[in-house]
Amino acid sequence: MSRELLNTLFVLTPGAYARLDGDTVRVEAQGERLLQAPLLHLGSLVFFGGATPSAPLMERCARDGRGITFLDGAGRFQARVVGPTGGNVLLRTAQYEAGADAGRCADVARAMVAAKLRNGRSLLLRGARDCRSEEGREALREACSSMAVLLTALPGADSLEVVRGVEGQAAALYFAVLGHVISRPPAEFAFRARTRRPPRDRVNALLSFLYAILTSDCVGAAEGVGLDPQVGFLHAIRPGRPSLALDLMEEFRAPLVDRVVLGLINRRQVRPEHFEERPGGSVMMTDDGRRLVLRAYQEHKQEEVVHPFLKERAPVGLLPHLQARLLARHLRGDLPSYLPYVARQ
Amino acid sequence: MNIVVAYDVNTETREGRRRLRKVAKACEGFGQRVQYSVFECSLADTDFERFRRKLVGLIDTDEDSLRIYTLRGRREEVVRVWGRDGYVDFRAPLVV
Repeated sequence: MSRELLNTLFVLTPGAYARLDGDTVRVEAQGERLLQAPLLHLGSLVFFGGATPSAPLMERCARDGRGITFLDGAGRFQARVVGPTGGNVLLRTAQYEAGADAGRCADVARAMVAAKLRNGRSLLLRGARDCRSEEGREALREACSSMAVLLTALPGADSLEVVRGVEGQAAALYFAVLGHVISRPPAEFAFRARTRRPPRDRVNALLSFLYAILTSDCVGAAEGVGLDPQVGFLHAIRPGRPSLALDLMEEFRAPLVDRVVLGLINRRQVRPEHFEERPGGSVMMTDDGRRLVLRAYQEHKQEEVVHPFLKERAPVGLLPHLQARLLARHLRGDLPSYLPYVARQ
Repeated sequence: MNIVVAYDVNTETREGRRRLRKVAKACEGFGQRVQYSVFECSLADTDFERFRRKLVGLIDTDEDSLRIYTLRGRREEVVRVWGRDGYVDFRAPLVV
């Protein structure tokens, strides 16, 4: 197993061109070299609207199994370059069989939703400890105890529909109080509800942006162990939708994204001028804002945690890969159930 | 592991200039140029082994000189730099 967390190169500079130079990638803009880095250190490359890789670079990355993802200026997924489908056809067959079996889907989905609830709850509980307003603490604790009730109901959820229902209720509880974890003047970073396509406030713009990046990391994790990122268990199959990546992501939303977003806001690293309002009331991050957020996210991925099941130290960024591996082991029949990632309280 | 690679390739002949270009190219693929013929690389053990073999295969042992210094400790602790420095940590966030 590769113990190394390979880096991701994000190219945001409009008009930037990345080309293959020997065993390195060379990024240029307006005739100036922005960066030259050995491909050896890179696990994936992400291009934002207006930046492009050369054809030889795409071919080389596809051949090595290094993912290239294209996002538009707002961070929405556009396209992905993949090489020949390799790996284990038996594993994918097992995945398709499990995906077509309602009972097994519900089992995997239940484990994932339980971890999502636990991880979200940990974040709210920590927020309640630091919250300065009595009213906020109260609301956070109340949401946590409701989520605890949902958690105890989960083992009895025998169909996928019921599991999805629990997940929906938990998400509503979570987002209804998340604003209380923010310690900034409400005029700057108010959060009332989750809004997407498009995000309608600054917090939602931050969340949407990093969830898109996390999705692309989870697609990479699924591909990395030879799973089909489109065939999920909790999320329904739909053309073009990376359902399995969305499944894997559920455990990591709170510990990988929400935590980074709240940290950036509460430490006053992200500022109102990192956002712009578009006609129609949608809110987008500026180029500088995105750079800041991506750096914080990449730094967070380097932090090490002890995996609760594997009992190994691993960088946070490797967690989706470790979980994809555990899922593959379950699908192959080596593990009786899928063991999701639950962050230490 | 963190290493420093320094080389001297005899460029009196055409063949020597060819070797120099190849050695430099190989070094770029594994690390970064910090001085004209000095590279710093941060490599996993298996990559280091690949790199070492590649370099040893490229040089002419009668004409050239290749040195690899292994740095014990974190780079910040064992490397001190004065003057121009364009060092990039390839493990830190890469956002351009």
